[in-house]
Amino acid sequence: MKLKRNFAKVEEILKKHNYRQDNLIKILLDIQKEYRYLPEDVINYIGVALDIPPAKIYGVATFYAQFSLKPKGKYTISVCDGTACHMAGSTSLIESIREELKISPGNVTEDLLFSLDQVGCLGACALAPAMVINEEVYGNLTPEKVKEIIKNLKERERKNESA
Amino acid sequence: MKVLKTIDEALQYIEEKKIERKKKLEDINIFVCIGTGCAAKGSVKIYDAFKDLFKETKRAKVYPLEENNNRIKKTGCCGRCSSGPWVIVMPYGYFYCEVRLEDVKEIYEETILKGKAVERLLFVDPATSQRVEKLEDAKFFKAQSFYIMEDIGKCECDSIDDYMGRGGYLSFLKVLVENKPDKVIQIIKDSGLRGRGGAGFPTGIKWEITKNSKGDRKFVVCNGDEGDPGAFMNRTLLERDPHAVLEGMLIGAYTIGANKGYAYIRAEYPVAVEMFRKAIEDAKNLGLIGENILGTSFSFDIEIKEGAGAFVCGEETALLASIEGKRGIPRPRPPYPAQAGLWGCPTLINNVETYANIPKIIRDGAEAYRKRGVPNSPGTKMFSVTGPVKLTGIIEVEFGTTLREIIYDICGGLSDGDELKAVQIGGPSGACLSEALLDLPLDYDSLKTAGAMVGSGGIVVLSKKTCMVEVARFFLDFTKRESCGKCIPCREGLMQAYHILEKFTQAKGSWEDLENLEFLADLIKKASACGLGQTAPNPILSTLRFFKDEYIAHIDGVCPSGMCTAFKKYSINPDLCKGCGLCARSCPKGAILGERGRPYRIEQEKCIKCGACFDKCKFKAIEII
Ligand SMILES: Cc1cc2nc3c(=O)[nH]c(=O)nc-3n(C[C@H](O)[C@H](O)[C@H](O)COP(=O)(O)O)c2cc1C
Ligand code: SF4
Ligand code: SF4
Ligand code: SF4
Ligand code: FES
Ligand code: FES
Repeated sequence: MKLKRNFAKVEEILKKHNYRQDNLIKILLDIQKEYRYLPEDVINYIGVALDIPPAKIYGVATFYAQFSLKPKGKYTISVCDGTACHMAGSTSLIESIREELKISPGNVTEDLLFSLDQVGCLGACALAPAMVINEEVYGNLTPEKVKEIIKNLKERERKNESA
Repeated sequence: MKVLKTIDEALQYIEEKKIERKKKLEDINIFVCIGTGCAAKGSVKIYDAFKDLFKETKRAKVYPLEENNNRIKKTGCCGRCSSGPWVIVMPYGYFYCEVRLEDVKEIYEETILKGKAVERLLFVDPATSQRVEKLEDAKFFKAQSFYIMEDIGKCECDSIDDYMGRGGYLSFLKVLVENKPDKVIQIIKDSGLRGRGGAGFPTGIKWEITKNSKGDRKFVVCNGDEGDPGAFMNRTLLERDPHAVLEGMLIGAYTIGANKGYAYIRAEYPVAVEMFRKAIEDAKNLGLIGENILGTSFSFDIEIKEGAGAFVCGEETALLASIEGKRGIPRPRPPYPAQAGLWGCPTLINNVETYANIPKIIRDGAEAYRKRGVPNSPGTKMFSVTGPVKLTGIIEVEFGTTLREIIYDICGGLSDGDELKAVQIGGPSGACLSEALLDLPLDYDSLKTAGAMVGSGGIVVLSKKTCMVEVARFFLDFTKRESCGKCIPCREGLMQAYHILEKFTQAKGSWEDLENLEFLADLIKKASACGLGQTAPNPILSTLRFFKDEYIAHIDGVCPSGMCTAFKKYSINPDLCKGCGLCARSCPKGAILGERGRPYRIEQEKCIKCGACFDKCKFKAIEII
């Protein structure tokens, strides 16, 4: 039952992009938005639907930094480690998140709430060091500010749960 | 919405919009910057708050002007993101920075109702420490040369009518009317425009080759990948003036005979993607994109392709592979995309800023265009300036401006407490220039002579606190990760070079390493297939050229800037130590020994330089040397 519903969503995405092979990257981006990662069965499904060997899709999925074959958190934290941010101390931000969430870059918390990535420039360099959580940009960060932002998100989740 | 069916109708429409816009700007209008920088600081909420306030006052009939809700407009980045959010009120020209939600009401009451400036929100010019009333009065803006950004602070980024009100699409219409692609190419050639994507290839020649290449289908592509860390001018441009880029692409398509275009924008830039998508939609609805545009035989359609985070995809052949839905791996050139690009067809690929220049060149003519810049690099260039300067952000200057002018005149000099050591220019494959080169005019040729490149235009100011060996290591870490791995010199060579640099930063570098590094850098440069590998050694070569003494110091056991932790030595000053023992308890390695009441000491062999003790000591007895 669950599987079927999943593929209905996949079908919808494929349809939106006209089942075009050259739209593969867009399709994968949309799939990732939906599932927060690229599930294996979905990759296989797309392979059949678009007539692309799954190995080729894996090739694409592993090539681009945006894609993940592992589940991501509900909140995906991307800390910028581009030039401006690195020089402005992005390493210490990673450290403070590591302390707060007990995960290192490339990983997700056990409750699947947060995942952490270290990424190249976000184009918000004037606010270095910067990070993005889902689509929201945070700038001029300090380790303390980062901790506070994460604590607030945790708090929000706790409230949602009890509500 | 109206659909324009003929060129005459379009011309008339633009005339109407011009008059409307002029009238509008004479009246009260509020521009809120919703560029990435300002949005990150909550400007969208400020925009909404103004809207709500106007709705309320309209209902209560407090505000006398009609249709007042339309007076709040979204504008794109004004280049000074770090002091955002910006709110600009026309016709007064007041420009308010660091506006908070609480300030909305005061702006309304003082400025909108009474026409007075809210003094405390005005921008403080670091050059004079004075508050300035108008954008053009601040040195930061005065010292620049706006061309691509000429309507700074008063253009609506999400409105095609506003763009047309600024004379937008007139150049496209002119080209359509005259119907002489060769003349367009001649103007671009005469203008001397060079591609802003990094290499500075003459745009007119590229257009000519693409036009003359045979193919049933042809394509135009806009390179909006901007994977350079530390660079964000393409993002800014797409967000603040998407129609300018679109118009440039339309003119390109018409000139070379393409009916289909792709804008490749990275997925990390969601606002830019959204703005460009809206621009395409609005142009389609108005009839500027589609079948038989304005009754001519020219048809054009355009799609956005989102990049998915791979630096090498900025390289043109890799980018084209990525548009086809494949892994973005560069292929050898020739054939160039102009000859065989997308699906083997002739393809015109240009940078975002290159396209944005086109409508202006058609508008002003080649000769007028050449008045800006220097003979071999005419025009202006947007740069993003980051690092410890007083004002960071996006700037636009003529080619030939010096780094000194940029850093001191425009950006207000170094932040308090920082001293300049070097300037990194051109992204991860650019170069680090020493202070001695601050007076070098910035243009394609003179930078090349200095072993640097304009790249996409990222400028990162580095202070005395920055270790140049670490900078080189950082860039190599980036390029080695981003190498597509196809050729061995790039894949293996960068890895080796990285490990050597890492040895240096970890206090394990030797003279032999230094020699190997020089050898490798040279080899990678010569033997790599694409621009990534060919330029990746630049950070090594330039730091070796200007800062070799720092490498040598690392071999001798010191990191002069104090940035590399491996060289840090924690020690206890016995004169200041009270013998409280707090430090010893915090040390994870048991490296601190002593007895209470007497000075403690650190056993260097055990210390992992975590700094825990340093934070604990209340008497500042622990010193880093
Ligand atoms: C590794 C690498 C990355 C590049 N990244 C970009 C980029 O992000 N944006 C861009 O416009 N050009 C980039 N280029 C240059 C393009 O290959 C190409 O020269 C450019 O898009 C042509 O446009 P122009 O003639 O308008 O400069 C890159 C080149 C290399 C080798
Ligand atoms: S130089 Fe590097 S990035 Fe370019 S094709 Fe070779 S391996 Fe790939
Ligand atoms: S914490 Fe400071 S004062 Fe106390 S023992 Fe350590 S060095 Fe001495
Ligand atoms: S720096 Fe860390 S390991 Fe070294 S002495 Fe201090 S607490 Fe111990
Ligand atoms: S370097 Fe971090 S946002 Fe650009
Ligand atoms: S985003 Fe507002 S000034 Fe740059």
